[in-house]
Amino acid sequence: MSDNYKPRDHKDIEAAVQWAIAGAKSLEIVGHGSKRMIGRPAQYDATLDLSGIAGIILYEPQELVLSTKAGTPLAEITTLLASNGQELAFEPMDYGPLLGGAQGLGTVGGMLAANVSGPRRIRVGAARDHFLGVVAVSGRGETFKSGGRVVKNVTGFDLCKLLAGSWGTLGILSEVTLKVLPQAKAEATLVVFGMNDSAAAAAMAAAMAAPLGVSGAAHLPDYIASRFDDLDGAEASTVFRIDGLAASLGDCVASLKSAVRPFGDFATLNEAASQRLWRAIRDVQPFWANGPCGDRPLWRISTAPSKGYEIAAKISPASQLFYDWAGGLMWVAPPVTQDCGAGEIRHAVATAGGHATLVRAPAAVRASFDPFHPEAGALAALTKRVKENFDPKRVLNPGRMWAGV
Amino acid sequence: MPVLMPAQDDAVLKRRREIVRALRNIVPGEGVIDTEREMRPYQSDGLTAYRQIPMVVVLPHTTDQVARVLRYCHQNGIKVVARGAGTSLSGGALPLVDGVLLGMAKFNRIVEVDFANRVAVVEPGVTNLAITQAVEQQGFYYAPDPSSQIACTIGGNVAENSGGVHCLKYGMTTNNVLGCEIVLITGEIIRLGGKHLDAAGYDLLGIVIGSEGLLGVVTEVTVRILKKPEVARALLVGFPSSEEAGACVGGVIGAGIIPAGIEMMDKLAIHSAEEFVHAGYPLDVEAILIVELDGPRSEVDHLVERVAEIAKLSGATSLRASTSEQERLLFWAGRKAAFPAVGRISPDYFCMDGTIPRAMLPRVLLRMRELSQTYGLRVANVFHAGDGNLHPLILYDANQPGELERAESFGADILKLCVEVGGVLTGEHGVGVEKRDLMPVMFSQADLDQQQRLKCAFDDKGLLNPGKVFPTLSRCAELGRMHVSGGQLPFADIPRF
Repeated sequence: MSDNYKPRDHKDIEAAVQWAIAGAKSLEIVGHGSKRMIGRPAQYDATLDLSGIAGIILYEPQELVLSTKAGTPLAEITTLLASNGQELAFEPMDYGPLLGGAQGLGTVGGMLAANVSGPRRIRVGAARDHFLGVVAVSGRGETFKSGGRVVKNVTGFDLCKLLAGSWGTLGILSEVTLKVLPQAKAEATLVVFGMNDSAAAAAMAAAMAAPLGVSGAAHLPDYIASRFDDLDGAEASTVFRIDGLAASLGDCVASLKSAVRPFGDFATLNEAASQRLWRAIRDVQPFWANGPCGDRPLWRISTAPSKGYEIAAKISPASQLFYDWAGGLMWVAPPVTQDCGAGEIRHAVATAGGHATLVRAPAAVRASFDPFHPEAGALAALTKRVKENFDPKRVLNPGRMWAGV
Repeated sequence: MPVLMPAQDDAVLKRRREIVRALRNIVPGEGVIDTEREMRPYQSDGLTAYRQIPMVVVLPHTTDQVARVLRYCHQNGIKVVARGAGTSLSGGALPLVDGVLLGMAKFNRIVEVDFANRVAVVEPGVTNLAITQAVEQQGFYYAPDPSSQIACTIGGNVAENSGGVHCLKYGMTTNNVLGCEIVLITGEIIRLGGKHLDAAGYDLLGIVIGSEGLLGVVTEVTVRILKKPEVARALLVGFPSSEEAGACVGGVIGAGIIPAGIEMMDKLAIHSAEEFVHAGYPLDVEAILIVELDGPRSEVDHLVERVAEIAKLSGATSLRASTSEQERLLFWAGRKAAFPAVGRISPDYFCMDGTIPRAMLPRVLLRMRELSQTYGLRVANVFHAGDGNLHPLILYDANQPGELERAESFGADILKLCVEVGGVLTGEHGVGVEKRDLMPVMFSQADLDQQQRLKCAFDDKGLLNPGKVFPTLSRCAELGRMHVSGGQLPFADIPRF
């Protein structure tokens, strides 16, 4: 039975960590808890709920910058930005329904701690690329800041990058500053039908090599495509999104058509259908917990775009999967087995290059098979030393990423 | 110019002959240089005010040699400064009297160009421009374009997180590098990232980029390459005041337009550049903007019209939009020649490098004019206006007693001003030795301690490039000590649920 604490301000966070250090307690760091099921299951002495550390600190649309307290709901931020025609361009996904939770939850701090991005990552970068500044509390109970509120900044080590994707194991985010960008004015999607995975990889490489700024490139095998109302029938669908100005969208779509024409028949989706489709791809809707694959484990694989289909060929043919990021991001739902596919997936990824994360699996599996990509040798030792230098008593989410970290 | 560097280690210097011999065993032939005459080319980088002949220069050509050199230095407590092309403007590659200068110039191979994955794998001594040259036949390029791109190496770009004029739209080095092979001071070799987009585990790549040679030595880099936009066009716009030029920049971005680059030059910079390269800049204005738009042709043509409208509304008194590639390059010619052009009108100049929130520009320019009068030194302003990165050029004459010191104080005041208005000390040139002692203006001791703890995780003995970035180097053992305050229950009044 663990205690729950809800800090009201920055001082409370410092006090909580100091209490944990003094009493050798471990803290689970939580925003809304929308990604709580990711990582190794661990017993914590207390839960620190940061959702009370909320509120926008500064938003200057002309400066393309937003500073906010880390517990602010992401939904509040996206609404505010949209009212000014702006957005978080990296299109952060919503993990909620994938993990059996509600839609629309999540804090900006949680988004950054997990470095969450979406389909547009191939063009504009990930959350970490838009993370300009931070105030955080280390596992030493000390406040430190890094970065600033300007994009061009090389003053000191870039601790924002390190904290992004550290899953609360190095510091507790308190205030964060993000780069924001104008929303695209118009979008359209081109669907190419009937390609197998390797042909789709070639088509996506061709589209990405065209000077069009393709902002989404995904491949949905037939059994996945058939679950989308906006895609016709039962054929595999490789989808490309173009966004930009209404005035030039037509020309861009025409150029994209010439780039993909050699690869098969195609159709164009209108703006509303395009938006629905990419939201579903972003949030990995085909594998939602309440859907037909909801009881399957789920892997997220990041690899070289041309290597994805090679990985697919090496794992259980009963797996269901689809590709985003022009082939470089794979969502794989293998059949339920004792190791949830860990053995064959890790083996395939080791050959192809990249890494795999077991995003969804029963706690017992996440306890026995590392959900985060295992590290070895000098790299694993360096990771441990980084942890020790931020959180020497291992009070912040200890063991969530790896045992001993 | 004196700059306080770490105390020299006499014990190491006494063993110099033995150290040179040991290094020759690792890197045979001409790869070890130990005569003063031959080491002189390495005594400074692009910040020539600071000079130091190193203890010895080593030019390895394999990763294994780098690993063995570093392991030897680690075992023997010898400091190491890595160097690429030596174009740093902040003294990042300034040698140490008791240190090994590790020159990476022989790592000059393009290892692989992989168009299917849109990446290039290169050795760190390859120049920034050579990467683009290796891929441009297929219509690709490497986006970050620091002005030294003909000479500077990608290894140096990684160390400094170099920028350029196109950062607003395409990011800096850190946004365009996917992987690195790095040798730690222990001689251990690690690979971070690869051809995939996201880091596995901690984003150590994001930390190494911009770490100014304090964390490890990069021996291979995987960069993202992009397809060249279909077309690029530039507008050359003149304004009666820099306030109006600044308002135009805000107007463009506020309208949802992200240009490939927006550059501003003030009157002194305009006149110097125009006399030098005859780019056709208007001379009856206080400021010009060069706004470049790139992308598909129809999009670019549309945006050129939009920017022109915004410029007119902001008070532009002259406006030209390029209609040919030749004309676009002419607009840029003056901007690209701005530094040498200023060099023609002054015996010496300092190039500063702060970043400010764009809206603070009028206030900062006004204050800079006041400071210029106080110090009795002229200042020309060249400004990456889109991302708020200022490059004030302080004009001085080192032969006039006291001018150098005045120029330095003037520069420090400008950087303090940048921080005061919400900006930072350096946008793209790095801290190095130049801005090292100003770090406390921006960071508290706790902030600097936490950064140094990260260094401890990589380099426990503090042997890699000491004396750069941090004004005082603390021992890792001291930094590791915990100061726990009490242990009494602090939760007395925090809500529980």
